[in-house]
Amino acid sequence: MQEKELIPHLYRTEFRKIAAVLCRSLGIEHISIAEDIVGDTFLLAAETWGLKGIPQNPAAWLYTVAKNKAKDLLKRNAVFSQKVSPELKNSASEFHETDIDLSVQNIRDSQLQMMFAICHPSLPAEAQIGLSLRILCGFSIDEIADAFLTNKETINKRLYRAKERLKQVKAKIELPPDAEIDKRIENVLTTVYLLFNEGYYSSSTNTVLRKDLCLEAMRLNHMLTENKITDKPAVNALLALMCFHSSRFEARVDSNGELILYEDQDISLWNKGLIKQGEHFLNRAAQGDVLSRYHLEAAIAYWHTAERDSPQKWEKVLSLYNRLLIVEYSPIAALNRTYALAKVYGNEAAIAEAEKLGLDQSHLYHSLLGELYTEIDKRKAIEHFTAASKLTKTSADKNVIRKKIEKLKH
Amino acid sequence: MNEFALIFRNDFHPEAGYSPDKLQEIMKQWQTWMGGMAAKGQLANAGTRLGGDGKTVKPSNVITNGPYAEIKEMITGIIVIKAGDIDAATEIAKGCPILNAGGNVEVRDIIPMGSN
Amino acid sequence: MKEFVMIYWSEPLGEIKLTPEGNMEVSKEWENWMGGIAAQNKLVSPGMRLGNEGRTVKPGNVVTNGPYAEIKEIVGGLSIFRAESIEEATEWAKSCPILNVGGNVEIRDIIQMNG
Repeated sequence: MQEKELIPHLYRTEFRKIAAVLCRSLGIEHISIAEDIVGDTFLLAAETWGLKGIPQNPAAWLYTVAKNKAKDLLKRNAVFSQKVSPELKNSASEFHETDIDLSVQNIRDSQLQMMFAICHPSLPAEAQIGLSLRILCGFSIDEIADAFLTNKETINKRLYRAKERLKQVKAKIELPPDAEIDKRIENVLTTVYLLFNEGYYSSSTNTVLRKDLCLEAMRLNHMLTENKITDKPAVNALLALMCFHSSRFEARVDSNGELILYEDQDISLWNKGLIKQGEHFLNRAAQGDVLSRYHLEAAIAYWHTAERDSPQKWEKVLSLYNRLLIVEYSPIAALNRTYALAKVYGNEAAIAEAEKLGLDQSHLYHSLLGELYTEIDKRKAIEHFTAASKLTKTSADKNVIRKKIEKLKH
Repeated sequence: MNEFALIFRNDFHPEAGYSPDKLQEIMKQWQTWMGGMAAKGQLANAGTRLGGDGKTVKPSNVITNGPYAEIKEMITGIIVIKAGDIDAATEIAKGCPILNAGGNVEVRDIIPMGSN
Repeated sequence: MKEFVMIYWSEPLGEIKLTPEGNMEVSKEWENWMGGIAAQNKLVSPGMRLGNEGRTVKPGNVVTNGPYAEIKEIVGGLSIFRAESIEEATEWAKSCPILNVGGNVEIRDIIQMNG
């Protein structure tokens, strides 16, 4: 790999590893310093590799430099606190001359522990995702701003406030104790899923970035499955769900960036490898006797990849949506349930149910009713599609709806 | 540990005839009993206290007003506790203040639903 | 919006079907009925299904075996909903599957506890 591509590539793969270990060694109060050290390390690489050539083992070079910078910092601060200001010693932030361990095992452990520290319940969701992208995924501020469709200042502010808050609550960089671990894993999964959805549903046109977000979410989730303590059924269920969704990434959007509906997708573009992986994790998730909402969503996604249409499928999907809504309501689940109901009991029954949902401010609701009325009452169908078109914000959706209205008028 | 439902029953509107002092006394008894269970980790769900309103729906769309009134007692509340078995749950139920007010407690096992 | 309990009454329904994991096997009718209300965002809690075991404790430490059975129906379970009025809840109750097996639905308002 050319030096020009090598450093950005290493940035993406190694930044997060070194950052995690340094954060853990220096403590939550010094996340920014840890970030700076890693940043400086890459700057040095950019400067010296161009002149002196790429080292034999580039990753090892980075690790050594980062390690030394951290050790220097620790020494200087130990000296400071010993000789210059013994009375300023703060037991919570005492520096020790600890060895910075960049072994594979410690890298893995540190990243897992950082995940729990960052996905802390006291941080708002946006902050958790932003900090995860920065520290756990090694995204640059520019990339994060791109992902959130905002600017660098906003992201910098958000990350700063997040780090301050973590210091405030003295978030620990370690796996939570047994009594809390299930609840905390729930928090982490929520953030990971939000991160995935940022990529999957984003209206950003940067498809490479969006795919990256999905892959990063899956990578983080996968880390949880590799540690016995965090390898829970719900964790596997979420990963299965994300595998099934991302298997259709290529088929969802056409060359103009327009959304292709599920029924119209080219099945040959579905990634069979990801579908197999999804099935693998779905099986692993089937341990124990409690179903999380992720189990239900993953099972629904499984049925959508297993077969396009069959009476059995839609009965199963309806049952799963019923159970999902009973566990946790969401407008999307309510609408999807109604669609499945239509497939099983017919459009009239579904229309009756749909009108009770109280979702008439939602473009998806009107799109659904448009579909349901299509064979029954063309005028009503057009009415609803028109309402949907007015309510939706994205041009991709408007185009899809426009085509449907045109079809009805002929 | 299994979960059991405790269903409380008493005459219709027993509080109607009570003085404010007596009501206070009864509240205190309930708080003490519930608090004691909570402290021992026995309380799974503080449950619901039911009001005097009600409707009963029977087959063929027959609707009557008021709580289920085949008998003179009505259900006044339901909580969920944790206990080793139904006999242990019954021991806990014996401490319920409703027994001092002429009511009774039904203890039932709960079938897990499997989703959370 | 207020919260209401629906208590499902019926004669003892015999053996209760469990899944291999030991959970309640819920029929399609119950799933559709409750799912329909949940889709309107009006289900607070699916509540619980009670088993056939039981004890009744009466004053004086008198304990009898079995569910409370002064009448032939016993409490089979309960769920919690939110609705504008008891009338709205009553409409839902009319299609409750327990009625298909000769049971009744008792709807009660919930007294909100503070503290």
